[in-house]
Amino acid sequence: MDDLLNEFLTETNESLGTLDVELVRFERDSSDVTILGNIFRLMHTIKGTCGFLGLPRLEAVAHAGENVLGKFRDGELLVTPDAVTLILKCIDHIRKLLAELEAAGKEPEGSDAGLIGEINAIAQAQPAAPTGTASDDSAPPLFDDTGFPVAAELLAEVAHALDPQQILFVSAPEAPTAPAPEAAIPAPAPEPVSVPAAVKDTPVAEARESALAASSIRVNVDVIENLMTLISELVLTRNQLMQLQRMQKSGEFKVPLQRLSHITSELQDGVTRMRMQPIGNAWAKLPRIVRDLCVESGKKIELVQRGADTELDRQVLEMIKDPLTHMIRNSADHGIESPADRLAAGKSASGVITLEAYHEGGHIFIRISDDGRGLDVARIRRKAIANGLASEADLASMSEQQVLQFVFRAGFSTAEKVTSVSGRGVGMDVVRTNVERIGGTIEMNSTAGRGTVFLIKIPLTLAIVSALIVETAGQRFAVPQINVIELVRAGNRSSARIETIKNASVLRLRDRLLPLVSLRTLLGMGEEDSTRDRFILVSQVGAFTFGVVVDRVFDTEEIVVKPVAPILRGTAFYAGNTILGDGSVIMILDPNGIAGAAGQGQAQLESAVTKSGEGEHRDSGHVSLLLFRAGSKELKAVPLEAVARIEEVSVSSIEHVGGRPVVQYRDHLMPLIALDDGHSWKEDGKQPILVFDKNGRALGIAVDEVVDIARDRVTIELQPGREGLLGSAIVAGKATDLIDIEHHVARNFSASFGMDYPVSGEAA
Amino acid sequence: MTEQAQTDTGEGLTAFVTFSVADHYFGVPVSRVQDILTPDTIASVPLGPAEVRGLINLRGRIVTVIDVRTRLSLGASAAAGPRKCVTVESEGEFYTLLVDSVGDVVSLKEICREPNPATLDPLWCEVANGVFRAGEKLLVTLDVERLLNIRGKA
Repeated sequence: MDDLLNEFLTETNESLGTLDVELVRFERDSSDVTILGNIFRLMHTIKGTCGFLGLPRLEAVAHAGENVLGKFRDGELLVTPDAVTLILKCIDHIRKLLAELEAAGKEPEGSDAGLIGEINAIAQAQPAAPTGTASDDSAPPLFDDTGFPVAAELLAEVAHALDPQQILFVSAPEAPTAPAPEAAIPAPAPEPVSVPAAVKDTPVAEARESALAASSIRVNVDVIENLMTLISELVLTRNQLMQLQRMQKSGEFKVPLQRLSHITSELQDGVTRMRMQPIGNAWAKLPRIVRDLCVESGKKIELVQRGADTELDRQVLEMIKDPLTHMIRNSADHGIESPADRLAAGKSASGVITLEAYHEGGHIFIRISDDGRGLDVARIRRKAIANGLASEADLASMSEQQVLQFVFRAGFSTAEKVTSVSGRGVGMDVVRTNVERIGGTIEMNSTAGRGTVFLIKIPLTLAIVSALIVETAGQRFAVPQINVIELVRAGNRSSARIETIKNASVLRLRDRLLPLVSLRTLLGMGEEDSTRDRFILVSQVGAFTFGVVVDRVFDTEEIVVKPVAPILRGTAFYAGNTILGDGSVIMILDPNGIAGAAGQGQAQLESAVTKSGEGEHRDSGHVSLLLFRAGSKELKAVPLEAVARIEEVSVSSIEHVGGRPVVQYRDHLMPLIALDDGHSWKEDGKQPILVFDKNGRALGIAVDEVVDIARDRVTIELQPGREGLLGSAIVAGKATDLIDIEHHVARNFSASFGMDYPVSGEAA
Repeated sequence: MTEQAQTDTGEGLTAFVTFSVADHYFGVPVSRVQDILTPDTIASVPLGPAEVRGLINLRGRIVTVIDVRTRLSLGASAAAGPRKCVTVESEGEFYTLLVDSVGDVVSLKEICREPNPATLDPLWCEVANGVFRAGEKLLVTLDVERLLNIRGKA
């Protein structure tokens, strides 16, 4: 295929993309003449180029489309959704022809008479005369004074050289409709007020466009990719040199090296920026999708876009395109209600989907929010039980937020299941997987009746990442810094200690138990040496937080991620490999893979440490319970996850406020409650307390003794007649009462605990 | 050893880079070999396939080291002595074959190639594509692609 044709294809595809967007905008505001002018010009260019290159089929289709657009512009035709749909169809058809042209190198055989006929029929059918009452509001704008300059602008294309008189002559018939009579009256005069004003616009716009064209060039993507690889190598070599310099005593290389380092950084910056593209490119198709969905479903949806000029790496852009499209479609399809439902719910008939992108701390945030019906937590709960993703007791201990996370689970993704649950979440697990593959995270919050918010956080670029270098069993590994939330040093002397519950290691991290994975055992490099000080990388994957135990932590380094050889791809724990500044090769750990192992492989870890409610890989149905006795001999149980701490306070330290027992706990007053009203408080000695924590406030439940921790699949067998009990079940072979912690918490703190957790995305 | 250090593959001649592993004598076509080196530090890959000894840095490229001894189940590696690496390329990736020592390049007539003996270990049959009588020794020629086709390869 020759270069000319290639260029034509690229250019025309771009134009078609713009046309899509502009048409949807135009349909909404059919009085905006600049948009229409732009649309007409684009279509005209396509037609013209097709004619020039000898592509009769394309030319004919474009011509038909241009015809209709011309009539829109001249006010001869009303702008109706049907007509716009037809133009969009025409654009799609051109696109299809182009694809065939690209594949075959020549215009495909065939006829487009059907489509052209349809378009022509529309072009001839509706006269613009504002006869119908409904069309009254849309037609006049094309005729009033704002409509006037468009005509002039069109003419400007052909009649640049024409003198104002001639232009005036052509446009004069319209002048009487203009509401400015002073402008209309001197119309026959050689220098009227309105016409030069109209003509003035065109050269300015043209000058701007050509300036833009001169300041940008088209570069083949491969060239940039290659440049990026070279820069990556340069960065590595620079790092290597810096490392050598650090070991050297003499300082003669110091200054030039620093300069080299500086230049390399700038070069890296520059090339990275070269790969940057506005995120709007990934959004370009979305208005069209929403528009089509509106037409199909009869909904009214407004797509608000903010921050479309936020730039991110081309590669990242490609990878989020599909998830974004999917999510917008979800929002429009299932999130936004029909106009009638919306009005019934006291909302405006037209729904709003807001798409927003912004930079923050080396990351791009994309926020997709709708003001639709939100997710139905109760139904997700039911579905989670039905699908065997969680047991009732599991769900009882989960916050609404945690329950919502189920839509990201694979089991929730198949269409039938989901539509019956909430009509949402089709393929949300795929979206999450895609986002996580590029090192991003996704969060979601939903309020029933008020809408749903998704927040995606993705790195700016994939090629070079900042990584933490760690060592285990004498071998170094890199961990992408985005996955490390914090570092904890655990040792015999430091306050943090690694504790074990039947071979499973945990760490008390502030108010929760953090399950730990030993990198050493995970990678089969021997057993942990518990006498040494170790470091814990607190990592988060999805909403699952866990700790990775390593021997040492070095500094952070900028690394170039290289994919591992195909032979090594069978191992889930590596995200790639890289060459460090000192020339050594090290493996980059994949927190996603490790999280998987933390949930699946380490059975002991599972059994004792429990899940995190939304952790992805734990075996479903099992729950860890803390067994205790309080008030009677019967065993009672609460989900271990709900328990923040088990404390023992001396009875003498229990005070009373407002007739209720409290203890001073971590500088706050913690209310104590007993599970039975008839609980007899101890007179002296120690009182074991289970501490529950919600929204930063603690509640203590006085118990007689803590018996055990059991992990079991719990099925509630007897429904209780008593408040505060979820029911009774067999736990570890014994009949046990399951305590409804939420009930007790709510009873004691109805006001302050009633509120939900804020979603971190909203706080950000 | 036939000292015909011809690298060109003229009439019916194929040039092989020869190397030895556990007193066996092997050859791979010269055209497949990129580089011969003495490995410096090999970074191991925990949980990787047994045949993968680790990774090395070859002038800024990460190269996977395949232990031929393990690959051909020739027992545990002899601990002592410097070893050599024969680097080959496959599907855009670089691999290097860890061997005991590297010998000369020999050119052998295709007509001297004998098929694998029927009694040859099935594992070897899979990776060998013939045997040459090279002087006193037998030279087993290896098919690089099949040699690199290790379980665990995705």
